[in-house]
Amino acid sequence: MKRIIAAGTVALATAFAGTAAAQNEQFIPANFYWVGPYAPGGSGFGGGMIDYFAMLNERDGGINGVKLTWEKCETEYRNDRGVECYERSKKKGPTGATVIHPLSTGITYSLIDKSIADKIPLISMGYGRADSSDGRVFPYVFPLITNYWSQNTAKIKFIGMKEGGMDKLKGKKIVNIYHDSAYGKETIPVLDVQAKKYGFQITHIAVPHPGNEQQSQWLQVRQIRPDWVILRGWGVMNPTALKAAAKVGFPRTKIVGVWWSGAEEDVIPAGDAAKGYIAAGFNLPGTNFPVMQDILKHVYKKGKGDMEDSSRIGSIYHTRGVVAGIVTAEAIRTAQNRFGKGKPITGEQMRWGIENLNIDDKRLKQLGAVGLMNALKVSCMDHEGGGAVKFIQWDGRKWNVISDWIASDQSIVRPMIEASAAQYAKEKGITPRDCSREK
Amino acid sequence: MLYREAGQFKSSYAEDQGIFPLRQDRIAFWVLMAVAFVVVPLIGDQYWLSAILTPFLIFALAALGLNILTGYAGQLSLGTAAFMAVGAFMAYNFVLRMPWLGIIPSFILAGLCAAAVGIVFGLPSLRIKGFYLAVATLAAQFFVLWALQRFGWFTNYSSSGVITAQEIVILGYAFKTPAQKYLLTLAIVALMALAAKNLMRSETGRAFMAVRDMDVAASVIGIPMMKTKLLAFAISSFYCGVAGALHAYAYLGTVEPEAYSLDLSFRILFMIIIGGVGSIMGSFLGAGFITLFPIFLNLASGWVSHALGVEISHATVSNLELIIFGGLIIFFLIVEPHGFARLWQIAKEKLRLWPFPH
Repeated sequence: MKRIIAAGTVALATAFAGTAAAQNEQFIPANFYWVGPYAPGGSGFGGGMIDYFAMLNERDGGINGVKLTWEKCETEYRNDRGVECYERSKKKGPTGATVIHPLSTGITYSLIDKSIADKIPLISMGYGRADSSDGRVFPYVFPLITNYWSQNTAKIKFIGMKEGGMDKLKGKKIVNIYHDSAYGKETIPVLDVQAKKYGFQITHIAVPHPGNEQQSQWLQVRQIRPDWVILRGWGVMNPTALKAAAKVGFPRTKIVGVWWSGAEEDVIPAGDAAKGYIAAGFNLPGTNFPVMQDILKHVYKKGKGDMEDSSRIGSIYHTRGVVAGIVTAEAIRTAQNRFGKGKPITGEQMRWGIENLNIDDKRLKQLGAVGLMNALKVSCMDHEGGGAVKFIQWDGRKWNVISDWIASDQSIVRPMIEASAAQYAKEKGITPRDCSREK
Repeated sequence: MLYREAGQFKSSYAEDQGIFPLRQDRIAFWVLMAVAFVVVPLIGDQYWLSAILTPFLIFALAALGLNILTGYAGQLSLGTAAFMAVGAFMAYNFVLRMPWLGIIPSFILAGLCAAAVGIVFGLPSLRIKGFYLAVATLAAQFFVLWALQRFGWFTNYSSSGVITAQEIVILGYAFKTPAQKYLLTLAIVALMALAAKNLMRSETGRAFMAVRDMDVAASVIGIPMMKTKLLAFAISSFYCGVAGALHAYAYLGTVEPEAYSLDLSFRILFMIIIGGVGSIMGSFLGAGFITLFPIFLNLASGWVSHALGVEISHATVSNLELIIFGGLIIFFLIVEPHGFARLWQIAKEKLRLWPFPH
């Protein structure tokens, strides 16, 4: 017994010695999910972000000499575990957690108030609350690149282009099949507004979580006989939907998915039923980009990569994680330029860094990420910063790009965001910031 | 030697009916209360208070609610999460639409709404029992979530169907920090646990247990079936409703209806099965095991990989945690089918004889 206790003490002592951090480090929590029905998304995205950080550490020695560190925490895509991971990670590292990527709309919601109190910014890249794009009301939340509403207007634009002009949408029928959660419901109001504006008919059909039973929904689709179906799925719901569509004979070339429905993991299980299916994306797959080559060279060649299944390197979720890594690292760089190069920054400084983030085409070229993502410029008014989407089509083996970057329609989205944010501010008693005074 | 009643004489009925007949138990209880109310908020950091202890207390309250219904009155229910959802969403609406009411009355009203919903879905219990009743209460689970998602009024027409809990202000005092929220939760949970303990020792509680043990016999000796069963549903749902309101206000802050899925109902059912069916103490022990043990495993896997100096793949660790957790549940159920509460009781009995067992 004594020996066991002694061994245990030694083990604990080394464990704590191991966690004692060096001072010139920047800590970024990796609170993602590796188990459960959404594990492909969590492990791919997390792997991409970690791979990019590891590459920066190996190639450049970090950011201006500040090494990036991270620690994984399993959220299981559950709100309570997400909050637990957030609380666990927020005090780690010399300056605490720099920024949180919750990678779940539900967890993002649960963290909004806490992040303001703790002064830790949240990046909900391509998910989360659409109205948090209004930085005056949500100073610490950044739905970067494209929020759900913007993405949705780009999708309708794409459908309009396919039909031969926005005026051709009149009288068309579109069905919105959505995951019955906060994530799925987010685009209903913006679709209703567009339906009125362009004169198409919209039907919303809910699929209960997790979405592996969709027979009745697709029978309903068959009755409606829509011209297009928008698939707003997540996880196992996507391949099920494609298979069900094949069963009722709805052409997959007329199904347009959101980006959480457009990864390899969403189509491969559906087999041939997925052929021709179209999905939106704010990042493209592949390993040909210079930044991906650097990751392969500096990380995987040394046997350090985070993806266990090497065939997933360069998949949609993995490159999306790389984009998240680029955005995070660039925001840290921006903040360092102002608050002191070569020093770890705090969450508050990081907030400034994200708000003043500007990744233009020139910078994208330096980063080796041209084509991987679109240019991005964030401001106090606009916490979204990008707003363009590409469309990709599955040919049974890989994704092919079938459109240019399609810009979102901010004339529809922005007024809705401001109205929704104003309602939130009123409910919570928040006085919006004056952006002209931000420096 | 230390833990026995020798020399402790009871000279009044009040003393004879005390919750803790032993002086040692009373002392231990007050020490525990002092630690929980004074020491923990002083030494606990934010992580412990807001991510570990507050959710533990809230789930213990929900488990307590289910234990009143399932453990004491013998009515199996799978609608616990739905009743929590009613509590959370109605508390939000009361605070939003009647701000002059104050938080505590809003919570009570939200609990009463949950109780009303509980009575409605408890009606089938008058005709059916056991597993069939569980299926009937499953209807509550689906119906309540469906209603919360379909009718915009419940979420104040939020586009994504989520509610954001307002600030907790009681008599002008705002509960903002994790320590303040923990203390509020603890106070409510302690009061309600005390009420439940006494209720179960009263005539009502005895009626519940009579119904549980044999409802035909209970009705023969004059216990009104309808009133007793529906009362059990009402009280249980009230507890769950208050737990739901606390879950939204003191813990998560912003809640979507999916947070109260069937999965949560099952987890609360597991809490009382593991903790001890028909025991107030068991609700707390079970909630502690189910909410805290996975987190402990998660932390422990980090220590182990640090100590051994090997990088274990995170996906493997995450899956391993679930396997160990499931294995332990089976182990405990085989070793002690009556749950942790029974283990606790056995420990106390052994302690009375220690060190001279006969």
